[in-house]
Amino acid sequence: MTRTRKRRMMIVLLILTGMSVATAVAITAMQSNVMFFVSPTNVAEQELAPDRKFRLGGLVADGTVVQSGDSLDVQFDVTDGNHNVTVVYTGILPDLFREGQGVIAHGYLRNGRFEAYEVLARHDETYMPPEVQRALEEAGHPAAGGESKPAYGADA
Amino acid sequence: MIWSTLKLWFHKLGSPPIFSVFARRVAPWLWAAFFACTLYGVYLALYVAPPDYQQSDSARILYIHVPAAWQAMLAYVIMAVLAAIALIWRIRTAEIMAMAAAPIGAALTLICLVTGSLWGKPMWGTWWEWDARLTSMLVLLFIYVGIMALYAAYDDPRKGARVASVLVIAGLVNLPIIHFSVEWWTTLHQGQTIRIFGESKMDPSMIPPLIWTTLGTKFLFGAALLDRARNLLLAQDQHKAWVRRELAPALDDRKQPA
Repeated sequence: MTRTRKRRMMIVLLILTGMSVATAVAITAMQSNVMFFVSPTNVAEQELAPDRKFRLGGLVADGTVVQSGDSLDVQFDVTDGNHNVTVVYTGILPDLFREGQGVIAHGYLRNGRFEAYEVLARHDETYMPPEVQRALEEAGHPAAGGESKPAYGADA
Repeated sequence: MIWSTLKLWFHKLGSPPIFSVFARRVAPWLWAAFFACTLYGVYLALYVAPPDYQQSDSARILYIHVPAAWQAMLAYVIMAVLAAIALIWRIRTAEIMAMAAAPIGAALTLICLVTGSLWGKPMWGTWWEWDARLTSMLVLLFIYVGIMALYAAYDDPRKGARVASVLVIAGLVNLPIIHFSVEWWTTLHQGQTIRIFGESKMDPSMIPPLIWTTLGTKFLFGAALLDRARNLLLAQDQHKAWVRRELAPALDDRKQPA
């Protein structure tokens, strides 16, 4: 390799290194801002100001979904295994919404309850045919149908 | 021996007339392989693979979405290698190939974003959210478009290619961000399903169509890259003798009365 080519290669590597360092610094600085949602544990640990909009993510706790008979009002608990937050919402829920499903609610924390104006379902990374899921359920496998990602844990 | 053969081959392909002949001969085979793999993969995806236990038939869009996303990122890596060769060795064919790769990568990124959005509305309940995975993929599209715009902004294509190549190298940092976005941050997008190391979170019965459509996107990229690069070379060298020789059979055909 000639001297000019070596010099050009150094410049290419320099651009690459410079961009990587700059991006790493920016990413570290913005870590919490890039988070799409916070977990119920985060809510319990931090004193969040009322009327501050944020997204709450977790699993719909089993047996907590209360649907109103004559309106679109719905109430359910979002859990990460350690803490629960009660969510109230008026509107149509996504198709994937069910107990044990990952959800992300966007709204405010008021009087200890999370008033959501938008509820999104969060799909997990597991793909399998219905027969396999049934077989897993019959075998009493806990992973069937549930979230497997630890992102809802306290460290999320 | 192998090294010197490879080196000779590499140098030969750097010559526009030889590259043009190579691309003209190889591209049709790649197109054929693309159509065969994709048609078979789509057949498996629609008729053979089982529906998902939660999403039922909506999950089938992944057989297009995931290969497009993978190839959009692989296309960038290939473009970056070509851009580095172009910057260091100033090989014109490498410059042309790097620039020819950008619109293909942009198209694949767009396919990924559109199919993801179509899936997101019924599954998540939204067409678009500004989470880390979706946003970093949109940034990839903007980088691709930026490279195309920068290249087109210069009257001298060689100068434009070199300037755009610097942007290609700089934009490389976005790739790890896209890949790790679902691990570093909480996102609406689910985590990685297919893993090369470790267990994939997909039932084996759903894997074959994914393999075929993924192979299809590799051939699509190769075919489109060779065709685009050859066309760029022919257009830029249109007044040179080698182009006249290369296109002579086609021109002779045109002269003949119908």
